[in-house]
Amino acid sequence: MTMTLLVDIASWILLSLGGVLIFTGGLGALRMPNLYTRMHAASLADTMGAMLVIAGIMLQAGASLATLKLAAILLFLLLTGPAASNALASAALLAGVRPDQATDSTAEDSK
Amino acid sequence: MTTLFGVFMLTLLVITALAIVRTSHLFAAVILTSIFSLLMAANFFLLDAADVALTEAAIGAGISTVLFLGALALTAEHERVTTVKRLLPLSVVTVTTLIMIYATFDKPRFGDPEAPVHQHVAPWYLEKTPEYIDIPNVVTAVLGSFRGYDTFGEVFVVFTAGIGVMFLFSARPGNRKNSQRQATAEPGQGLRHYLVPRVVGRLLIPFILLFGLYVQFHGEYGPGGGFQAGAIVAAAIILYALLEGETQALRALPLSALTVLMAGGALLFGGVGIAGMLLGSNFLDYSVLAADPIAGQHLGLLLIEAGVGITVTGVLLSVFHAFAARGRV
Repeated sequence: MTMTLLVDIASWILLSLGGVLIFTGGLGALRMPNLYTRMHAASLADTMGAMLVIAGIMLQAGASLATLKLAAILLFLLLTGPAASNALASAALLAGVRPDQATDSTAEDSK
Repeated sequence: MTTLFGVFMLTLLVITALAIVRTSHLFAAVILTSIFSLLMAANFFLLDAADVALTEAAIGAGISTVLFLGALALTAEHERVTTVKRLLPLSVVTVTTLIMIYATFDKPRFGDPEAPVHQHVAPWYLEKTPEYIDIPNVVTAVLGSFRGYDTFGEVFVVFTAGIGVMFLFSARPGNRKNSQRQATAEPGQGLRHYLVPRVVGRLLIPFILLFGLYVQFHGEYGPGGGFQAGAIVAAAIILYALLEGETQALRALPLSALTVLMAGGALLFGGVGIAGMLLGSNFLDYSVLAADPIAGQHLGLLLIEAGVGITVTGVLLSVFHAFAARGRV
């Protein structure tokens, strides 16, 4: 009884923490001043937020096949998320978007 | 709760669709289309259509986006602004929308068990699948065996589309080299500059291929099958082409091999059907392929799913290479 309660509490802490990170990531992606800072915020939500949420769901699923599948997804996200952000940043740098620009030169493009 | 989530997802779908229509930036439109497909896949999943969701996610959100981006690399980045009278299109759209809204009044309520779609042949399929085919995934049973003709037709639609694209793209405009593009694009280089994506990509490609095979052969037991598996395998090879350069990918799997795959898969499907005829039954009846009718159905499904997967992989890769080769001209 107490064990399931503890697992539930731990899982909810992970889930809410992940939710908070995803929310801040989304907020940052909208509000940050230039491309690289926005990407930084988005990759935070992408990697850490999603991982925390999946870890929370894993605790809910307990020792089952679902947990194993979630672990595979977790590993996949851990590998691909940062790699995708890295590729995006390198592509932007090669395309000539400079990181030290205080204001946004890409904003008109994305509208 | 699921209804609420479904309404939320559908709202996002409408917002994405409006954004696709509104934006004149084609790159943004392509990415929004990918998001639209992903939302659509989530909606399908909410409606318990896992097979369709898998297809939509793999083809709609994955491969189509890559093909769109490939096409975009050949054209301009912005939509040309047109100033025509919009009165006629507007009235046509309005009238069509009103008619469609009117038509929905006659539709049965969502999830109504008395709806015609649940009363027609579906109960028969659900009841008879364990008896005739004996596999857990009724979708695969319906798709592969009961309605094998339809799937056969679909495979040939995919095959024809592949041939069409190859015809269109092999017709090169003149023989002049686009020197400007060659100077900037460095053909065949792939992502040579990007160390991290290359390392991660190389690490992942075997697992993506393995997952593709799992989806291929697990289609009788869970969501999956030839269409999805073909898209996943093609995605793995396209990833390889993006990382190592197109020439390297063509060395591993040359265009002639892709043509063989395209035709071979469709031929395998048709061959299984004709084998059924030769063994004294109807076209695409697998029961006669083995001594035991159920074992025959299993064998037939395995073979035709393999045929579907092979054709889809071949067509998607041929189309991808057609776009990539066009960029090099």
